[in-house]
Amino acid sequence: MRRLSHHLTDPLIRSNPVTLQILGICSALAVTTALATALTMAAALIFVLCASAAIISAIRRHIPHAIRLILQITIIATLVIVTDEVLRAYAFEISQRLSIFVGLIVTNCIVLGRAESFAMHHPVGPSVLDALGNALGYGLVLMIVATIRELFGTGRLLGVPMLPLAEQGGWFEPLRLMQLAPSAFFIIGLLVWAIRAVRPEQAERPEHRLLSRRGEARP
Amino acid sequence: MTEILLAAILTDNLALSFFLGICTFLAVSQRISTALGLGIAVIVVQGVTVPVNALIHVYLLAPGALHWIGLPEIDLSFLRIIVFIGVIAAMVQLMELLLDRFVPVLHRALGVFLPLITVNCAILGGSLFMVERRYDPLEAVVWGIGSGIGWALAITAFAAIRERLRHADMPEGLRGLGGAFIVSGLMSLGFSGFGGMVQ
Repeated sequence: MRRLSHHLTDPLIRSNPVTLQILGICSALAVTTALATALTMAAALIFVLCASAAIISAIRRHIPHAIRLILQITIIATLVIVTDEVLRAYAFEISQRLSIFVGLIVTNCIVLGRAESFAMHHPVGPSVLDALGNALGYGLVLMIVATIRELFGTGRLLGVPMLPLAEQGGWFEPLRLMQLAPSAFFIIGLLVWAIRAVRPEQAERPEHRLLSRRGEARP
Repeated sequence: MTEILLAAILTDNLALSFFLGICTFLAVSQRISTALGLGIAVIVVQGVTVPVNALIHVYLLAPGALHWIGLPEIDLSFLRIIVFIGVIAAMVQLMELLLDRFVPVLHRALGVFLPLITVNCAILGGSLFMVERRYDPLEAVVWGIGSGIGWALAITAFAAIRERLRHADMPEGLRGLGGAFIVSGLMSLGFSGFGGMVQ
């Protein structure tokens, strides 16, 4: 059981696809202005990633090596279209706010990356667990960024007022910057820093060492 | 037209305001020369695929688009994503063959980047934005080339900053990826200063 469960828990923080492997960032940043859109996006990715891992791993012995990428992309694209149509039918308002980003799950490197590097070589069970773990790791980053951006950008969370706004007699002045693109970059950058401060083994080796006057390398 | 071009390059910069193609943006920006090569490849691919996808959208996929063969009630717009991805992959392959045959110098310089571009979300995103904003085929040409130029501009400037930062004494956890995000954030902040240029 321990051997199976690490497929699920490892990608949450220790080898998180977003903060460690720089995968899937494109959509991870654009949909985080509000928690509701981030939750929808995370749910869509969990579905697409798990379903594609299950399908690809189930037929992995029948896929000719030469056309495997095209086949994987076709399966992923089909699942994405299904997700997009379902969202359009049952959650039209949210799907309008997600704009083109549900469609862009097709080019999300996490999905193709897990299919190619894991699902192609493992049975269905571990593949789905690995997919679920990676999707949750991605969802976790999305949640953190979206919570910070919505809470401090509008004083609300999921549309519910959390902080008393200054214009209604409270003390909180919304930070407009939080709703703009740069803040997403800053928050992810600081998040990466925080994770690497706790887990120094993830820090990147310096390309150059600085020499002090006496010629010895400073740590 | 000028507005679409300026918006595509500066205010609606795909990399810095829509976060498209950021994976490649962060991964291939260690050196200015490679960043410039990738940027040019993106301009070329974007300039070709967006207009082609615009034509396919107008004459095949949009609701009522099949009017010209007498099937006005058929709506194939749900096929958009899969068709666009196929077109992008095919165009990249075709371009690789043509470059190899007619401009081998350019092929040697851009060859390694072309396959990478197929899965770059800036390319698919460019086509999907073209549909969402209802550009006609002529506007799509401007938008395709403009958004490519914008992406190339962003990655080249970013690579230049990273080359300088390589010698900086940064905190250990911020080195590499973390610092790259902070720098992109500052660049994005700078580009948002262009906001008032386009109405």
